[in-house]
Amino acid sequence: MNASLTRIYAIWLRHIYILSRSIPRLLEIMYWPSVQMIMWGFVSRFFAMRGGGDLSTLDMALGTLLGAVLLWDVLFRTQIGLSISYLEEVWARNMGHLFVSPLRPSEWVAAMMLVSLARAMIGIVPAALLAIPFYGFSIFDLGFPLLLFFFNLVLMGWWLGLLITAMLIKAGPGAESLAWMTTFALAPFCTVYYPPEVLPLWMQYISEAMPAAHVFNGLRALVTEGVFLVDHMVWAFVLNAVYMVIGFLVLKLSFNNARKHGTLLQAGE
Amino acid sequence: MSDALLTSAISVRDLTKQYKTVQAVAGISFDVPKGSITALLGGNGAGKTTTIAMLLGALIPTSGTVHILGHDMQRNRFAALPYMNFSSPYVDIPKKLTVIENLRVYGRLYNVPDLEKRIQVMADELDLNEFITRSVGKLSAGQQTRVSLAKSLINAPEVLLLDEPTASLDPDTADRIRGYLQNYCTQHGMTILLASHNMREVERLCDNVLIMKRGKIVDSGTPDDLVTRYGRRDMEEVFLDVARGTGNAAALAEESDAPHDVAPDREGHVA
Repeated sequence: MNASLTRIYAIWLRHIYILSRSIPRLLEIMYWPSVQMIMWGFVSRFFAMRGGGDLSTLDMALGTLLGAVLLWDVLFRTQIGLSISYLEEVWARNMGHLFVSPLRPSEWVAAMMLVSLARAMIGIVPAALLAIPFYGFSIFDLGFPLLLFFFNLVLMGWWLGLLITAMLIKAGPGAESLAWMTTFALAPFCTVYYPPEVLPLWMQYISEAMPAAHVFNGLRALVTEGVFLVDHMVWAFVLNAVYMVIGFLVLKLSFNNARKHGTLLQAGE
Repeated sequence: MSDALLTSAISVRDLTKQYKTVQAVAGISFDVPKGSITALLGGNGAGKTTTIAMLLGALIPTSGTVHILGHDMQRNRFAALPYMNFSSPYVDIPKKLTVIENLRVYGRLYNVPDLEKRIQVMADELDLNEFITRSVGKLSAGQQTRVSLAKSLINAPEVLLLDEPTASLDPDTADRIRGYLQNYCTQHGMTILLASHNMREVERLCDNVLIMKRGKIVDSGTPDDLVTRYGRRDMEEVFLDVARGTGNAAALAEESDAPHDVAPDREGHVA
């Protein structure tokens, strides 16, 4: 293994040690997506019953709402996983050791992305599997488009995580609630549970700039009309690529700023 | 490359760190010869930790240069970092991980070849075996310091920066740590720069001493030289003189502006 990959693996290993050590932590990661899925499953059933209760309405309600719940969690868990990976180092007062080692910031970011993906999968896969016996809904039936939806939401979770981590480096661990709040603040624009047309016009413009909005539009079109909206997927990828570059640059700026002001070694509880 | 860069493990020139209204480090210059142990002394707020942070590349200087093993730390710190390491009681080793897990993580960060063997050597030499599978957070302060030292030696560094390596340790543990460091340096030719408030530690371990006050190096020399020059019995008294401006300190400070900021080598020659 080359030196860079070994260092990425070291950070990965450090977080896997933490996760594997703590059953409550693992359960907590799995708990929220599963509870959300169960709740929204019943909400979907309720809507379907109100809509006439036929099987196709039920399938559509389950597909759009449960699919949206599970996919929204991909975005949120990836973002929170990345921000928490940073906060874990801050809580452990370990930043001073990490960044005087040969670990490069880009390697650290790569490791955090992998850790966040692992955390997201630990949370979402059980919820997705539980949806099958509970509601007879399998998100895996979406087939290949599911991979594209998933990948786009992971990308959005990553760049959001980078931006939030940059803010945390700047503002200090006292601002850690940002890690939980920020993505939810964007949720209305991401049109997770409704089409963008229900938004006021000014919100629709912002929504257009959210890769997740294109993903959820694509999900609804696929479930309700059986159509895969290629242009929305392309837009989502393009926007994600642009924001990812911005995320890296902002994090780098914040990191250099911390090195300038001496906050890197002091980062701790 | 200048002679100083070739013969010194650490070479610092006109290093300054200016925060908004505070000058934490004010244009210091010094060399630390390869294989020597040099102490960085000074009261709280003298600029020692800021200096160490700049040497490590964790803090960007306002001006001046730092070269470690010939590498410019501002332009090319990743060339030097694999050959350096650092320990401080104020920067923790992750407490939720066990000792061996921490050493595996840090060993990989430093790309240590034959890592498991190296961990075993560290565990044997620093008596870590009896608690190697325990979480670091459950260890005593002395045990944690030994783990921190093992982490800082995992890559067999050529340059080791230590910030108060024996702070808060009982005299027995502190003595064992000092003895270990002394032997390790002799055997491996490692260079150490250590910030310490413990003057007995400095007298026992250090070839050279740099004394900082208000961001400047106000004096330097071997411990014996300094004790003689200040007309005192030991480094404790020298430290107090410098800190309080008593005894010979005021006169010596006036005499010496620039020349003292260069550390002498083991024989006492100024580089």
